[in-house]
Amino acid sequence: MASQSLNINNKTYVVDLNEDTSLLWVLREHLGLTGTKYGCGIALCGSCTVHVDGQPMRSCALPISGLNKNQKIITIEGLSDDGSHPVQKAWIEAQAPQCGYCQSGQIMQAVALLAENPNPTKEEIKAYMNGNLCRCGTYLRIVKAIEIAAKKH
Amino acid sequence: MSKAVSRREFLKTSGEVALFIGVSGLLPQIISCKNNKEVQKLLKKHQLTAWVKLAEDGQITIYNPAAEMGQGSMTSLPAIFAEEMDADWSKISVEFSPQESHIYGSDKWSPNNKVMLSAGSMITYGYYSIMRQAGAQARYILMHSAAEHWKVPMEELSTSNGEVINGRDNKRMGYGNLIPFLSMPEKLPEFSESEFKDPKNYRFIGIDRPRVDIPDKVKGTTQFAIDIQLPEMLYGVLERGNLHGARPTLNNESEILALRGVLKIVPFDYAIGIISETLDQALAAKKRLNITWSESSASGFNSQECYKKYEKIASGKSAGKVITNEGDINSAIKSATKTFSVDFKNDYVYHAQMEPLNAIVQVGTDGNSAEVWVGSQQGFDSKLGVPKYLGIPAENVKINLQYLGGGFGRRSMTDFVLEGTGLAREVAPRPVKLIWTREDDLSYGAYRPLTLQRLKASADANGNITGLSHCVVGDGGNLVASGIRIDYYDIPHKYAEWREVSEGIRLKHWRSVGHGPNKFAIECMVDEIAAYFKKDPADFRRILLSKSPRGLATLEKAIAMSDWYSAIADKRAKGIAFLERSGTLSTGVCEISVDRKTGKIKVHHFWTASDAGIVIQPDNVRAQMEGGILMGISSVLKEQLTVVNGQVQQSNFNDYEILRMSEIPESVETEMIESRETPRGVGESGTPLVACAIANAFLKLTGKHLRHLPFTPERVLKALNT
Repeated sequence: MASQSLNINNKTYVVDLNEDTSLLWVLREHLGLTGTKYGCGIALCGSCTVHVDGQPMRSCALPISGLNKNQKIITIEGLSDDGSHPVQKAWIEAQAPQCGYCQSGQIMQAVALLAENPNPTKEEIKAYMNGNLCRCGTYLRIVKAIEIAAKKH
Repeated sequence: MSKAVSRREFLKTSGEVALFIGVSGLLPQIISCKNNKEVQKLLKKHQLTAWVKLAEDGQITIYNPAAEMGQGSMTSLPAIFAEEMDADWSKISVEFSPQESHIYGSDKWSPNNKVMLSAGSMITYGYYSIMRQAGAQARYILMHSAAEHWKVPMEELSTSNGEVINGRDNKRMGYGNLIPFLSMPEKLPEFSESEFKDPKNYRFIGIDRPRVDIPDKVKGTTQFAIDIQLPEMLYGVLERGNLHGARPTLNNESEILALRGVLKIVPFDYAIGIISETLDQALAAKKRLNITWSESSASGFNSQECYKKYEKIASGKSAGKVITNEGDINSAIKSATKTFSVDFKNDYVYHAQMEPLNAIVQVGTDGNSAEVWVGSQQGFDSKLGVPKYLGIPAENVKINLQYLGGGFGRRSMTDFVLEGTGLAREVAPRPVKLIWTREDDLSYGAYRPLTLQRLKASADANGNITGLSHCVVGDGGNLVASGIRIDYYDIPHKYAEWREVSEGIRLKHWRSVGHGPNKFAIECMVDEIAAYFKKDPADFRRILLSKSPRGLATLEKAIAMSDWYSAIADKRAKGIAFLERSGTLSTGVCEISVDRKTGKIKVHHFWTASDAGIVIQPDNVRAQMEGGILMGISSVLKEQLTVVNGQVQQSNFNDYEILRMSEIPESVETEMIESRETPRGVGESGTPLVACAIANAFLKLTGKHLRHLPFTPERVLKALNT
């Protein structure tokens, strides 16, 4: 147990938890930021994707002890207040989600992709998004949404 | 009238009222939605149904009686209602209805028994007439009220986009503005087909509306059950092992109880439960459990060796449960010019819904009441078995339905709800959030059954199929028998039966149920026969479908969409399949290639044409077909759950892989045949097309057969080398 500061969505949170607690459980169960989802717990499905200093990371596999207070963590809640981020808008335009459970992670991964590569090809999209699973089978629409977002950037 | 006046006065101050719209001639009532006690009393007393809330600012809340697991019920069912109510869509919001099946159930599952169950792609079919009727009645009440207020005959009124219009002076009044003047007609009519809106005036049915649930889903604010946080909430986990039905003996109880945050150990017949202050503590304690497991009825079972036994059962003399027996299959086979006998097999598959199972349950201090927050596909008991489990009256249990992070059949079971209840009872009145880890969800899943199918067919000298006999050997009754009927095919002699085995492995409906394996077998058999007689598989099906004009229309459409008869790129081939699922008729065509070194099959394109009757939301239907096809490709090419000595061998997405984005086809194109027939299901229609279309394309490409699902690279290589 150790007291630790985390910078999440430009807000400082102090948590006092076992240091091997994953960032995912801290976000969801201790801080109530439930937009980030639990899917597999072993970094294989991408439902828990957040940004740490702009990089997409699987929060389920990030023990909080590996984070420091200067690292900027952004979750889906920090992307926009009202769903107005261009990627979120593109997601609506493409009517991408079905059950929606994986979509926070998909969107966070896609935002990171477009930050890195504003005009990705289809193949680049598929490669970058390959770690994010969707069981409803919305992949085709996710590709479309990313293409829409890229076009409007 | 004095009663009506006082009610009116009351309504003026109440802000929100509910229109309770009666069924079968019962009079509707209007009361405040906030007066929950009175609402409950009324519901109990009059068996009324309540579908819509109206606010003075014109906001309309429509209740959705179905689960929302991505299939779009939150939009499509209210769209049917709004159509007949003639509502202004911009003022509509949607909420889950209370889980009270006597009010919100549909009798389409079983006659005279109202059920709330979102499974089998049934909800549009199940609620189409209910939502139309309720919407039309809501409009009738509003028009009646306006007629009274304006003192004109109702016949002179019309409605448009959420307003009542007075034909005499063209005066308009918004639905919300009518609240102070609401009055109930003496008798509420049951509308007949000819009285519903003329389809040419439709503004919702057949016209896309963006899905109402999507904006929150992209913000991450949609509340799934797993997201629920309640004051004083505790966390629960269970260790269930991977031998289904084995009984646990815990060897280190005191050690576990001494762990930080652990409050209680709760034994179940098949699991050890832990309740902790936090989730991380519960999970840490779960890892430390030292359990000895008993043998179970699954002990000794090996899923890859059992097929030999199943072959013997299929060859045995004793018939199973006969499902179809038309004509005389034995004499058809005896008198045939050519006969065929082929075995098909399929391994277990797992649901892998992205939200692992979970439930939040709070039991009252006296143990006499319970409240549940859960993502459920509901069930024949809309209280999900909790009253019986606790031995308390049904009305003391409140189910708060949440959005589902996928269902696919798994959430029509209640095991996880009852586990949560069992934990919460131990710590009442503190609520408990039970979470299944992915490993729990996979290893203690309930799978689509493994089966062996023996198909025998007879053909005459012209290559016409004269008889088809289908014997499925497997565990799970309708789970393996669904989809075995082929009423749509013009084959004079048909026979189908199910021979039971029992392996002790937990089983459940999995998107399209038995249709996946059964249609795979049937449609591959059709192509094998067509190939023998050197006939084109599409032409061959055109003859088989000669007595099913609706089926035939989907065939012709898919042929056109896929450019079936045109030449195709080198090293590629197309395969075709036709089937019925949930009342919807579909033809699917896929285009594949095969990497002969690795054994990997790539699906390049998929085309489907379906007749699902009236289409409520076309783009949503397309989304369902796309998703169904992709889940089909995933299961057919990748997914394999195996059991060794009763123990499930897979535990997470590392050893149970599902389709990833790099593996998707370039396109999935879907078309719906225009129809005025009753709407039927589409959520599961695409999935069973995949196995047969791929295997049939593979046959055309390589001349080899794929007869065992899934088509893993090893199996593909083996087929190529035979």
